[in-house]
Amino acid sequence: MVEHNTVHSEAVDNKTKKKYRPKIHDALSGYLFISPFFILFAIFGVYPLIFTAYLSLHKWNVLGEREFIGVSNYQALLTNDPLFWKSVGNTFSIWVISTVPQLILALILAFILNQAFLKAKGIFRLAVFMPNITSVVAVAIIFSAMFGTNYGVINYGLTLFGLEPYDWKGSYLGTQLAISAMVMWRWVGYNTIIYLAGLQGISKDLYEAATIDGASKTQQFLYLTIPLMRPIILFTVILSTIGGMQIFAEPLLFGRGASNQGLTMTLYLYEEAFTRFSFGYGAAIAWVLFVIIILFSLFNMFLTQRIKS
Amino acid sequence: MREVGEKKVPKFFLYIFLTFASIISIFPFYWMFVIGSNTNSEVNKIPPALLPGPNFVENMQKVFERIDFFGSLLNSFIISTTITIAVLFFCSLAGFAFAKIDFKYKNFFFIFLLATMMVPPQLGLIPSFMIISALGWVDQLQAVIVPGMVNAFGVFFMRQYIASSIPNDLMEAAKIDGCGNFRIYWNIVVPAIKPAFATLGIITYMNSWNDFLWPLVVLKDKSSHTIQIALRTLNDAYTTDYPMILAGTFLATIPILIVFLIFNKQFIAGITEGAVKS
Repeated sequence: MVEHNTVHSEAVDNKTKKKYRPKIHDALSGYLFISPFFILFAIFGVYPLIFTAYLSLHKWNVLGEREFIGVSNYQALLTNDPLFWKSVGNTFSIWVISTVPQLILALILAFILNQAFLKAKGIFRLAVFMPNITSVVAVAIIFSAMFGTNYGVINYGLTLFGLEPYDWKGSYLGTQLAISAMVMWRWVGYNTIIYLAGLQGISKDLYEAATIDGASKTQQFLYLTIPLMRPIILFTVILSTIGGMQIFAEPLLFGRGASNQGLTMTLYLYEEAFTRFSFGYGAAIAWVLFVIIILFSLFNMFLTQRIKS
Repeated sequence: MREVGEKKVPKFFLYIFLTFASIISIFPFYWMFVIGSNTNSEVNKIPPALLPGPNFVENMQKVFERIDFFGSLLNSFIISTTITIAVLFFCSLAGFAFAKIDFKYKNFFFIFLLATMMVPPQLGLIPSFMIISALGWVDQLQAVIVPGMVNAFGVFFMRQYIASSIPNDLMEAAKIDGCGNFRIYWNIVVPAIKPAFATLGIITYMNSWNDFLWPLVVLKDKSSHTIQIALRTLNDAYTTDYPMILAGTFLATIPILIVFLIFNKQFIAGITEGAVKS
């Protein structure tokens, strides 16, 4: 391509006597055009990354008073901070409760929405997608009202079925279920749309051939759709892993509960750094979180690759 | 002609399932208005009010007394609009460079850009706050605007679109006519990628409108609050008055809901293109 350009420019030069444009000009504008991203990323991406590592080796408060303490922050975090480990456990259990049913439900919805005979597809698609545009703050507020213990509509619904009202804010499982419900409500439609796009890319001939061979819809779903969709499923698993590890606003607004059952890793980081102002310790949390997220993403990738229907 | 496999699944069941999913998706919106338009005593009883009541305006006025609703709406508007314009410009410019200009280490830079998407934003939260505070930007809108002015997803999205929609011949022809790269971008690329602008624009606008963690960290003073932070303040300070809180939440959700209903095609297209191409 570079050579081609040069040849071309020379030809132009000979023919029209226009000034020959050297290659260097192309390179310059190329770098110039991509520079805003890299400059901004250097300031708000790379520098914070490195500085977080530096901070984490210090005792550092909001006034900037600092004392080098080596790996003490990490030591304390890994060996002497049960609350941190609790937040890790909570984050993972909320992730499992919200993501597994979320992705399965999205896949089923997408499969149904992809059926040729279905009418009013557009309306159903719009309806299931609508929650995704709602802000996380609004979702947390609405669901806090709905999951109210005394007058919440969900408990009212339970009593209609003859069940006892459930203490959503006070119990371990209740709080995690309520937070997971918020996450699910917001993200099922998003994943459905992505799966639907993937399904539309699968040739109809394959399904017709399967039907001729006598495969039922369920068999087609399990043995044709899921294997063909594996790359897209992998993509959504990674996205929801990254998203799930960042859950923060939901427990902040819903309340994390008396026994910290809603305390997530990011909420813990936020509180250490911005309500207790221990920047050094917060930075150590940030790095440990990063490592956990990377390891967990790799684990999920491995798992999704291995799943063979 | 009958569709393939039609007889194997009872259609009726599928419609019930979809309707049920749609009702669950829409119900919280409805419920927000039901609570927001009733009084506290109507809401706090068994059975609770299940239909919208007459008190929405009253609840709304209480919201206006307690938070600077329109001030924070304006802040959100300024932040989202500026970020969106900046993102469209910088991302399309960089996308154009990655798609159509040759320069050394281009592939390296592009892969680097994609890799940055994997870095979780919490990791640099504390130093980013320290930078903002050193610049004296705490409580100022540029603290949120500047870091959001260009992002990796936008560059990636624009690169994919420009690579497939601008023919190389057109580039060559413009070069023969003596156009510089920026003139090619401005006069040829920009008019040709309007659909991509619409798609990326709506996604960016929604994301910055709904952003929460970073504004919460850097915008502490009331006068600089975005609508999301203002709602959180309302929720924290008056936990018992759900009708008032939900009236505020409803008012804050309506603008974005209207924007979405108008542009939903571009929005959905953006999400699927981003996913399927990567």
